[in-house]
Amino acid sequence: MADFTMPSLGADMDEGTLQEWLVKPGDTVHKGDIVAVVDTAKANIEVESFVEGVVQQLLVEPGTTVPVGQVLAVLGNGVATASSAEEPAEPPAPAEAPPTPPPTSPPVASESAPEEARVAAERPGSVRVTPLARRLAAELGVDLGTVTTTDDAPIRAKDVRAAAAVLRPAPEPTSEEPGPAQQPSKAEAMRTVIANLMSRSKREVPHYYLSTTVDLAPAMAWLHERNRALDVSHRLVPAALMLKATALAAQATPALNGFWVDGGFTPGGAVHLGIAISLRGGGLVAPALHDAADLSVEELMAGMRDLVTRARAGRLRGSELSDSTITVTNLGEQGVEAVHGVIYPPQVALVGFGRVVERPWAVDGLIGVRPVTTLTLAGDHRATDGFTGARFLTDIEQRLQHPEEL
Amino acid sequence: MTHDATMSPAAARAAIAAVIRRIVPDADLDGLADDDPIRAELELDSLDFLSFVELLSDATGIRIDESDYPDLSTMARAISFLTARGTVHGDG
Repeated sequence: MADFTMPSLGADMDEGTLQEWLVKPGDTVHKGDIVAVVDTAKANIEVESFVEGVVQQLLVEPGTTVPVGQVLAVLGNGVATASSAEEPAEPPAPAEAPPTPPPTSPPVASESAPEEARVAAERPGSVRVTPLARRLAAELGVDLGTVTTTDDAPIRAKDVRAAAAVLRPAPEPTSEEPGPAQQPSKAEAMRTVIANLMSRSKREVPHYYLSTTVDLAPAMAWLHERNRALDVSHRLVPAALMLKATALAAQATPALNGFWVDGGFTPGGAVHLGIAISLRGGGLVAPALHDAADLSVEELMAGMRDLVTRARAGRLRGSELSDSTITVTNLGEQGVEAVHGVIYPPQVALVGFGRVVERPWAVDGLIGVRPVTTLTLAGDHRATDGFTGARFLTDIEQRLQHPEEL
Repeated sequence: MTHDATMSPAAARAAIAAVIRRIVPDADLDGLADDDPIRAELELDSLDFLSFVELLSDATGIRIDESDYPDLSTMARAISFLTARGTVHGDG
């Protein structure tokens, strides 16, 4: 027997709404199969199964919002399950303990332990609070004892926000904002998620920043030569080369590729390159391009186009939102020359590429006009020092001088 | 076949508008002046622009090389490019 639970799709996900089941009782599910679509503040996410089995029971109806960790379906091993009698099935109601993220989700720094103890001491027994709600309550100065929920449900972020709004009615009420009871829009919900995660990053992560200018003449020349012969659908953009060089460098510098969890660094293993994608209408997601170091530039280009298309259509997969080991942001098309980014916790590094610009550049004692980009690194100083970061940026730069080897 | 007839400016404009709408469904095309830089106004990144080129090439049957990209920078330039290069495509 195995439970399929509401996964944690990112460090600040608190709850999700089951949109659609893609399996029914009796279906055989393999690891990696997409079994459901879940709506979060960020997007509709296709959620994969992490276990093998036969679907025995679907416990949650589409349209239901449940906290992270709640059992959504029960999977059996396909043969008559004698043990199921001894092992009572999980009730469909939220489990008694505060929901915990499933073990397959990326490790998230456990920051709330002392708070948790304090809250438990204040409110012994019955009240259940989701981790995000607890953190929000601390941020907004809301006493969890004053927060009420319906039907004995656990206290969630929205309950805390509602309580905060009652405590402190909108500071500058305007005629366009009817009141705190209004349901936040998708854009507002995403803004809140980004605000929480980035605030946490700036609060917890001691960033250091490095930057260097990279001559892209060889890369651009190679690219133009290659694209000249090809149909539009097979052409590459400079970003594909930048991402491949970054993935290879991250593979060669494992200290920057992974997570800072519980006061220590956990290597990410493979390089799952998070790609920051801005969404039309505002907001940002950074889904993972899995095993980016092992992809050819053509495969990487195709993977990048697919990710961008699906991110904007709101159809990403759960593992893509939770697996990134290092993130790249490429503001290359938006007119600025450099980006000094904010790390996505629990990752420990964020790489930025600025716009490709033509600049006077000295090569072998002669000045010429070359396409260059400003390459930056935001590093978590708990995990690495500037020396490692500098070696990493130099590695990316060197790899971009030999585009044919990428 | 009407391969010798050139594409009219109106047909070119319609083709460009249709392609833009496929990439940015809620694009404000009325607010896009003929001399506005298309990529900046509509916030097309390099992948969007590649899709733009691909779809425009498919819709018009005109081969568009990388060296032609500057000719697609504004609506006015793109219309000139398509009408200069283009023939009415297809059998109808």
